[in-house]
Amino acid sequence: MGSLSLSAISKSFGVVDVLKGVDLDVAAGEFVVFVGPSGCGKSTLLRVIAGLDEQTSGDLRIDGLLMNSVPPAKRGIAMVFQSYALYPHLTVARNMGLALSQEGIAAADIKRRVETASALLRLDALLDRRPAELSGGQRQRVAIGRAIVRQPSLFLFDEPLSNLDAALRAGTRIEIAKLHRQLGATMVYVTHDQVEAMTLADKIVVLRGGIVEQVGRPLELYARPANLFVAGFIGSPTMNFIGGDSAARLRAATIGVRPEHLLVAPESAGAGAWIGAVSHAERLGADTMLYVDVPEVDVLGAGMLTARILGDIDYAVGDRVGLTPQAGKVYRFDDDGNSIAA
Amino acid sequence: MSRAASPARPWPLSRAAVHLVLILYAALCLGPVLLVVGNSFKSRAAIFGAPLSLPGPATFDLVGYKTVLGQGAFLHYFANSLIVTVGSLAAVLLFGAMAAFALSEYRFPGNRLLGLFLSLGIMVPIRLGTVAILNMMVATHLVNTHLALILIYTAQGLPIAVFILSEFMQGVSKDLKDAGRIDGLSEYTIFFRLVLPLVRPAVATVAVFTMIPIWNDLWFPLIVAPGEATKTVTLGAQVFIGQFVTNWNAVLAALTLAVLPVLVLYLLFSRQLIRGITAGAVK
Ligand SMILES: Nc1ncnc2c1ncn2[C@@H]1O[C@H](COP(=O)(O)OP(=O)(O)O)[C@@H](O)[C@H]1O
Ligand SMILES: [Mg+2]
Repeated sequence: MGSLSLSAISKSFGVVDVLKGVDLDVAAGEFVVFVGPSGCGKSTLLRVIAGLDEQTSGDLRIDGLLMNSVPPAKRGIAMVFQSYALYPHLTVARNMGLALSQEGIAAADIKRRVETASALLRLDALLDRRPAELSGGQRQRVAIGRAIVRQPSLFLFDEPLSNLDAALRAGTRIEIAKLHRQLGATMVYVTHDQVEAMTLADKIVVLRGGIVEQVGRPLELYARPANLFVAGFIGSPTMNFIGGDSAARLRAATIGVRPEHLLVAPESAGAGAWIGAVSHAERLGADTMLYVDVPEVDVLGAGMLTARILGDIDYAVGDRVGLTPQAGKVYRFDDDGNSIAA
Repeated sequence: MSRAASPARPWPLSRAAVHLVLILYAALCLGPVLLVVGNSFKSRAAIFGAPLSLPGPATFDLVGYKTVLGQGAFLHYFANSLIVTVGSLAAVLLFGAMAAFALSEYRFPGNRLLGLFLSLGIMVPIRLGTVAILNMMVATHLVNTHLALILIYTAQGLPIAVFILSEFMQGVSKDLKDAGRIDGLSEYTIFFRLVLPLVRPAVATVAVFTMIPIWNDLWFPLIVAPGEATKTVTLGAQVFIGQFVTNWNAVLAALTLAVLPVLVLYLLFSRQLIRGITAGAVK
């Protein structure tokens, strides 16, 4: 229950083409995350799946049934919004039960289903309150509860954690992962947060400018990005990109090395592949980020190489260091930015 | 610490000036009203003898009210005014809010143009069309009916209502409406149960701005509904203003009484509508 299939979905607002032919298959029970920079069409794609916006062309199937121009309430979906979107005049219990009473389900059944969901999300004490009397985290749990109560075959989340503070975000993220395991429903989740995407997803869809750049399991995207964009987008801090001679020597237009794959040694200990001076160090305790100026190397973007060293290593600004990529951890890209197979 | 707690912070000059202007303006607005109310409780001699003094034991006289209430038709005029005002108000708020919702919520060809056309009515006074309106009312046999006045006032009130309400409706969370759609609420339910309660303050504002000119209007009652059966209170008060003698006691008493219903409606709107659960929907 809850498979989803998009074929050649495009969406234009007037003359602006927001989605340009999206193809995607989601198996029942899968957790799919859409990531991409702001404005790339993630929300629009989600709203098309929900039926809140209608695609300009293309077909959308849920459980194999053609859903083009089926109204949202009849698609067997539930959606959780970034802004919670709770009904301000209804109590928590009635917020959660409204969709069911619209479907004409008996009051006793509604009560039972609301109670099941509220037990799952620890909302029992709040059932008689109104949204205005809840904290942000509680509101988001109610919004999730409202989705669960409907027992949809497909859950849609649009950046549900963006309005929460960091601690709450981590907690709710784990809660959503647990829910997915318990309910086994298909979930489509939009975020621009790396950690959410990597930790929650069975499958990540990277979008840019209304086009799917790559689809794959999180670690597959990390290990084998299809192109420069995906390589730069997945992983934090972002990959170092180097052009010029260093790349040419490896028969590539650009090469990429992740900060965690750069070995750092003091210059005196023997030459690294690239030599430079530390321009800034961020010591986080568990690891240390070094930003190294390498004037001789053609670094794209910032002009500095970023290295991530495990543990707290005390380099001072100005120290000269040598940087060497780990063997087999260099990504190569051609003139068009596509990956060159190893 | 002690300085921060010191209570009497001297007012800056500009603030005092602003208050002075506001107090003068309030006095200017309230003065005539108080004069009418005060004199309505005085004998005829006292009204002319000392128009600016308050009614005292020697000058207190309810003759004006006795005349007005004794003349049975007057309560009837009141009822007419109430029917016309409440009827027009209901129509303006209902249709204005619905049009505003459609204009702000749905994308359809001509949306912008329609909005512009509706706001054009704010700039063109409806009285310019009096002759055409009268012709229409004659043709449809609506002269001397409440409906004639209600239709005219609805047309008069709609443009500003649509304009103000659509501004506010654009501010209502899109997610909230979409959540309703996903939960299977009809567009009417979304409008009446979700959106309208959230724009209550705007509705109250529009109600007050719409109501007062309708209640006070003399022009259209005189032209399309001057008959005894449909006379409104403003028109009715003219009975006491004669070509040669004017019964000032009765005129002042009638005007004082005429203020009361508007005052009640005003209090009703400013208290009832603004109250309510509007916070906490979003974020
Ligand atoms: N209703 C709309 N009308 C016109 N343009 C829109 C509308 N909704 C979204 N867009 C445009 O579509 C693009 C993608 O928006 P969106 O899907 O919200 O991006 P995001 O990936 O940040 O969620 C943006 O450039 C936005 O301006
Ligand atoms: Mg978005």
